Amino acid sequence: MDKIVIEIKNLHYSYPDGTKALSGIDLEVFEGESLGIIGSNGSGKSTLLLHLNGILRGTSDVKILGRDVTDKNLPLIRRSVGLIFQDPENQLFMPTVFDDVGFGPMNMGLKKEKVEDAVNRALEEVDMLPFLKRSPHHLSVGEKKRVAIATVLSMEPEILVLDEPSSNLDPKHRREFIGLLQKLQLTKIIATHDLDLVMETCSRIALLDEGRIVAVGKTADILQNRLLLEDYGMIARSP
Amino acid sequence: MEHGFLDQYSNVGSFMNRLDPRIKVVSLLAFIVCVVSTDTAAFAAFALYGFILAVLTVLSRIPIGYILKRMLVAAPFILMTALFIPFLQGKTVVHAFALGPVTLTVTREGLLIFWNVLAKASLSLLCAILMTATTGFPELLKALEKLSCPQVVIMVLSFMYRYIFLVQDEFMKMQQAKESRSVGGPQWLHVRALAGMAGMLFIRSYERAESVYLAMCSRGFSGRIQTFHHFQVTMKDAAFLLTIFVSLIGVRFLSAIHG
Repeated sequence: MDKIVIEIKNLHYSYPDGTKALSGIDLEVFEGESLGIIGSNGSGKSTLLLHLNGILRGTSDVKILGRDVTDKNLPLIRRSVGLIFQDPENQLFMPTVFDDVGFGPMNMGLKKEKVEDAVNRALEEVDMLPFLKRSPHHLSVGEKKRVAIATVLSMEPEILVLDEPSSNLDPKHRREFIGLLQKLQLTKIIATHDLDLVMETCSRIALLDEGRIVAVGKTADILQNRLLLEDYGMIARSP
Repeated sequence: MEHGFLDQYSNVGSFMNRLDPRIKVVSLLAFIVCVVSTDTAAFAAFALYGFILAVLTVLSRIPIGYILKRMLVAAPFILMTALFIPFLQGKTVVHAFALGPVTLTVTREGLLIFWNVLAKASLSLLCAILMTATTGFPELLKALEKLSCPQVVIMVLSFMYRYIFLVQDEFMKMQQAKESRSVGGPQWLHVRALAGMAGMLFIRSYERAESVYLAMCSRGFSGRIQTFHHFQVTMKDAAFLLTIFVSLIGVRFLSAIHG
């Protein structure tokens, strides 16, 4: 059995206005796997992701790399879990690509040379090294998404968490982006309703609906279960 | 989307581009202090300040048209403040207007101050445009940070630079969406829609700020943004600073002796 890196037991979460977002999530993520979290709009995917690095904390046991999510463990958890938000405009907030990719390493208190190394390595990995000195607003959507990944890779995380990574990409860039995701060798959790993306990048799938996990299984098993996907709005019902 | 970038001349390979940004900021401050403290009637001194700026303009390779356009943006503010100065109290009346029961008198002293405000403001503005247009905005921020500008100010400016184009884009898209559905109707309705758009823009920016903050926290933000700089003062920088200082002090004190 592979090592469990994320363990969630009976997670409940309600937004401050009382809307119930998650009601009783149980989930285990294993080291080195690629887990797809699929579900229709508003099924709680993004909310679940925000629990994975302690941005949100519901009522439950969430263990990340064997550690409870407490204030004390937070810095360590945040550097081990790289969370990439859906809109790269929000992920990239510094005036230059270098400053942005170096933001995490600098907060980790690394020395200047180490930060530069980390930035170069991360940008190399996503093929964006020539863009080092550019401003994020001069980049295309595809380039922004790549840099967004580099901003967490530079912190050398063990787990990569992506929220709707393929949104707003045209087919060509989407293809390239899927190639990049396949290349990255670390535990990945990808929330999306792009079933092609899941098919090509994930080994396992959890299907979310109204804050509950309604099915977990191997990618092929879930994607071949037409009735299940139809029931939860992931594909249009055939006439 | 088309944007007039703030720093389109920041990387044209001119002499001014290659200067250390800190040197430029210090020179700008020195220039402003000297210009502002120069005697009102020292016309020759102002001409010399103008000459210094002309040399810098040539060194910066920025087209005059661009500089003038940037000046125009600030011109209304200067004129607004200066407009009433000629009518200040003074001894020598140059001209008097009769506006119904009120008589407006233009005095010599008032005119002198008026010219002085215009000249000082324009010279300072020109110098600020030259120094900032030749520096990339991120570099400028780092220079300010290095020169002990408060971090809050730096952060505000930095986020402004990053997001102002996005906000502009968002407004443009809303404007287009509104235009697409505006077919006739009373004019006041359009104004009302505009108010709604402004409110919407504020809410969106607020929500974006929240997401950005979460993204920052996810990457270990703990209240302080750190950046590195690669500034190094070279011989050229030192020579530039020395030249600027000597010329400024020269002009400033010669004018004092003659005045």
